[in-house]
Amino acid sequence: MLSQWGFVLILSAIAVIIPVAAITLGHFLGPRRPDPVKNETYESGVETIGDTWVQFRAQYYLIGLIFLIFDVEVIFLFPIAVAYQNLSFFSVIAAVTFVVILILGLFLEWRKGALEWS
Amino acid sequence: MNWSDALIQLQYDLGAPQELSWLVEGVTYFIGAFVIANAALVLALLLIWITRKVISRIQDRIGPNRLGPYGLFQTVADAMKLLSKEDIKPKSADTLSYFIAPILSVVGVLMALAVIPFGAGLIGADLNVGVLYLVALGSIGIMAALMAGWGSNNKYALLAGFRVVAQLLSYEIPMVLAMFAPVLLVGTMRMQELSQAQSLYLGPINLGLGWFVFLLPGAFLIYFIAALAESEQTPFDLLEAESELIAGFHIEYSGMKFAMFFLAQFLNSFFLGAIAVALFLGGWQGPFAGQVPLLGPIYFFAKTFFIYIVIQWIKGTFPRVRIDQMMQFAWKVLVPLVLTLILAQMIIMKLPLPMWLNYVLVLAANIAVVLAVLNIMGDYFKREQVRTKRAFAPKSLIGTMQPVSSSSGD
Repeated sequence: MLSQWGFVLILSAIAVIIPVAAITLGHFLGPRRPDPVKNETYESGVETIGDTWVQFRAQYYLIGLIFLIFDVEVIFLFPIAVAYQNLSFFSVIAAVTFVVILILGLFLEWRKGALEWS
Repeated sequence: MNWSDALIQLQYDLGAPQELSWLVEGVTYFIGAFVIANAALVLALLLIWITRKVISRIQDRIGPNRLGPYGLFQTVADAMKLLSKEDIKPKSADTLSYFIAPILSVVGVLMALAVIPFGAGLIGADLNVGVLYLVALGSIGIMAALMAGWGSNNKYALLAGFRVVAQLLSYEIPMVLAMFAPVLLVGTMRMQELSQAQSLYLGPINLGLGWFVFLLPGAFLIYFIAALAESEQTPFDLLEAESELIAGFHIEYSGMKFAMFFLAQFLNSFFLGAIAVALFLGGWQGPFAGQVPLLGPIYFFAKTFFIYIVIQWIKGTFPRVRIDQMMQFAWKVLVPLVLTLILAQMIIMKLPLPMWLNYVLVLAANIAVVLAVLNIMGDYFKREQVRTKRAFAPKSLIGTMQPVSSSSGD
């Protein structure tokens, strides 16, 4: 069983080598004529003003937080799905309650306006 | 017979010593991984060609037709061109994340190859957490997009990076929860067993037509919509809204680094189609696939290319949605519906009823979800039609001419 992960390990090594090799090859095959204007940040022809790395809209972070809540709960759900057919009555009640809490949480976020995007 | 067992046996037959079993296994896995990863690169060239041909047919053009038969070598020429382009790094870019991002985006996509069942016994590694592994890989692509957007130090790229992260995060939830439905039904996360479970026996003969899409059409529809968004295809290609963001998070990338993002995007939409095939469309199952093993991969690729062409068809015909509409559709339509669907399936599966009645109830819940999604989408299209008609009513002529009687719209 563990040797199955050996394949994943080797595949991940190859998956890293392929793009690195392609980019390195392109780096050496392409011409190299840097000049200060070319290396400037692109902004439709005008010079950029101010810093790019500014404080950004908070809505994106809110979406990130909601995603985190749901994703962690999904990780809990998958083992339940695998064992579901052999679960006893009370475990099924627990699993169903878990999903119900998930749905209630979604509606709470909805009511609080966390899902609005205006 | 598994491909790796056959290859290991072949090496022993050729005289490999038994005590070096770890080396034999390593060589086997290396050959498998090398072949599959390079086949994926060649496949990407074919996918780009298919996209261009399909889109140009939809737009009443011919498309690439000069290089090779039917223009097949056009993408090869494009790859050569990209290879010979100058490798530019903007001077204010953040070096580390700028260079890692294109590599990471390819890694996240290529690793998915490990658990895709191409045929009976033709799966890289039949992991016992196969579905969860795919879910985990999805996050690597998000990381790459964020790193590219942030590392470029470009305002357009940053905006596109944030947008794509919000989009991918939002649609990851309905996609994963839709993948949950077949896992719940079969009780395993192995991709091979999930494909195997979709067989339909007529006496002793396996027809291979017990596809989960017939039992779980709601989960399949939600998976498909979410996969469109995950693969950054129209109507959810907000990250490269040319009129707003010019190119997207890869705006500062040139040459091979740009090609890597391009490759990752095309392969990603193909693999998401392949996962849809494995989970919902029977994988390599089909009539007579049990008797003739060669038919398995043929069925698998036929189905996957069909899904891919449908995605390109959608790309050629749908307009792009707005970001607020997109986020609302994910969180207020897809997530509640798919959660309710899962809850319904969990309760129905444990009801003390005969087996067939359980299946009928699951199917009924799924059909209700399909109808709800189609209804909401239909309303949206009707509203947008009215809105665009109003927008094009000649209001700008007011003041210069006689007021136009407003007979347009509604």
